[in-house]
Amino acid sequence: MPPAERSGTAVRFTDAAVQVGGRTIWSDVNLTVSSGDFMAVLGPNGVGKSTLIKAVLGLIGLSAGGVTVLGRPAGQSGKEIGYLPQRRNFDAGLRVRGTDVVSLGGDGERWGAPFPLGDRLFPERRTARARVREVIDLVGASAFADRPIGEISGGEQQRLLIAQALVRRPRLLVLDEPLDSLDLPSQASVAALISKICREQGMTVMLVAHDVNPIFPYLDCVAYLAGGGAVCGPPEEVITSQTLTALYRTPIEVLRASDGRLVVVGEPEPPARHADRHAGAAGHP
Amino acid sequence: MNAATSGLSWNLVADVRQLFLFSFMVNAFRAGTIVAVLAGALGWFMVLRRQAFAGHTLAIVSFPGAAGAILLGIRATVGYFAAAIGAALVIASVPRSIGGTTRSSESAIIGTVQAFALACGALFVSLYGGFLSGLTNLLFGSFLGISPSQVIVLLAIAGAALAALALIARPLFFASVDPDVAAARGVPVRLLSGLFLVLLGCAAAEVSQITGALLVFALLVMPAATAQLITARPMTSFWLTIAIGLMVVWLGLTAAYYSVYPVGFFVTTIGFVAYGLAAAGRARAARSSRRRLMAQPAGGIA
Repeated sequence: MPPAERSGTAVRFTDAAVQVGGRTIWSDVNLTVSSGDFMAVLGPNGVGKSTLIKAVLGLIGLSAGGVTVLGRPAGQSGKEIGYLPQRRNFDAGLRVRGTDVVSLGGDGERWGAPFPLGDRLFPERRTARARVREVIDLVGASAFADRPIGEISGGEQQRLLIAQALVRRPRLLVLDEPLDSLDLPSQASVAALISKICREQGMTVMLVAHDVNPIFPYLDCVAYLAGGGAVCGPPEEVITSQTLTALYRTPIEVLRASDGRLVVVGEPEPPARHADRHAGAAGHP
Repeated sequence: MNAATSGLSWNLVADVRQLFLFSFMVNAFRAGTIVAVLAGALGWFMVLRRQAFAGHTLAIVSFPGAAGAILLGIRATVGYFAAAIGAALVIASVPRSIGGTTRSSESAIIGTVQAFALACGALFVSLYGGFLSGLTNLLFGSFLGISPSQVIVLLAIAGAALAALALIARPLFFASVDPDVAAARGVPVRLLSGLFLVLLGCAAAEVSQITGALLVFALLVMPAATAQLITARPMTSFWLTIAIGLMVVWLGLTAAYYSVYPVGFFVTTIGFVAYGLAAAGRARAARSSRRRLMAQPAGGIA
């Protein structure tokens, strides 16, 4: 696939706001992702990063403003978006090969059953199978794709799930915390893989992350969500003390450790999520 | 040549001919074949989805179903299916959130349904009074009393259930393996889960007519669990499940014919042996592959 249409806009939010259960999660969000860009959606827990992703997928509607995805209103570009939900672990006893999980990315939702020995009768089955092999090669998973998916490591599973999202040659790849709960070496190698896919396939990537460091060297732009709003721009402009202080409306410091890692100090982390929920359920003031 | 009265001989052809001499045996083989295929197909998905407990409960409720039907003077078959499908709908009505956080509450509800169903069965049996020999058949199965019309009913229901399963097989597989992505892709995960339980109820009701309500596991779980241990290729393990199910039923019926013991015992024992062999083989393969990994010089593939 040629690295085409770098100039266009893949995703654009204009003055967007979202309400969930009557509560405004964020508002006045203006955000643009150019085609072929690698964008990270950053911010502390509970600020609505996954909500932003759901708005891109058209799974929830906006309460104000608009969002266009690949030139259409959100929710109308289904097959052109590859989506990787927040990390799932496969049951260790699941006796299904990685290859089978990847091929579900191609035709998993089609009604019917695979006809036995269909490969000989239907050429398109052979094409589909070749495509599955191709994406497994692309993510470097050939060595373990034929093992039961429950028996391989988290990083290996994540590579296969990325392959699954790529089977249908999407133009936009949306990943929700793909690096969460991976060990550090796996985080680095999966981040490098996503960047490689973005560059080589000319694919736009939106990635939700909790920690910017493993992906920082690859990013074209970031959207930083906090305090009910968002700033968007090149990473070295957004992840600065001034920008984040303005966003959070409280003093924030961005420090660079001696190994180059960025540390954000002073982030007002919301109270632990479960405590928050209890307060809501019990109706405490 | 008095094949009809003699027992097992060394002449295999004569043995098989003797097996099919009586129409009740022919009917038993027909019914057993239908049941093995249906139970294998649905059991394969049940094992994949980790819903063995639900499957067991759907089988157990066929006992009060049949006992109630006999008490009311209707055909037992009607009772089997009414109870199993009713219970499937009850279990399916429990919200099962994607990601499996409410699985514990699902199993609690299934257990409650199962206990209540068994209690109802006990009540129906005591209300009916003198039906104790029938009770053993309901619980542990019988292959003697299957009529040609029953075979046709079994065939019709199995055909409908398998056709429905074939229609939803691929998205059901997707929803079983990877429910989150399936839901994001527009697969109706919840609806499929309910539909599957109803189909599983049909299978459980059919199987319990042969193996009895307590030994349905023999045909629902054992072949599928064995096949999934042997191979991780979905298509291969699916067809292997059906092959193992057929083998278990045919051998079980043959053994039961030449002995005085209940068919459920033989079917279960053969299934158990097959599973034990597969599990031992898997453990051995895992051990030897571990040894190979250990023997490999460090610094190979990361």
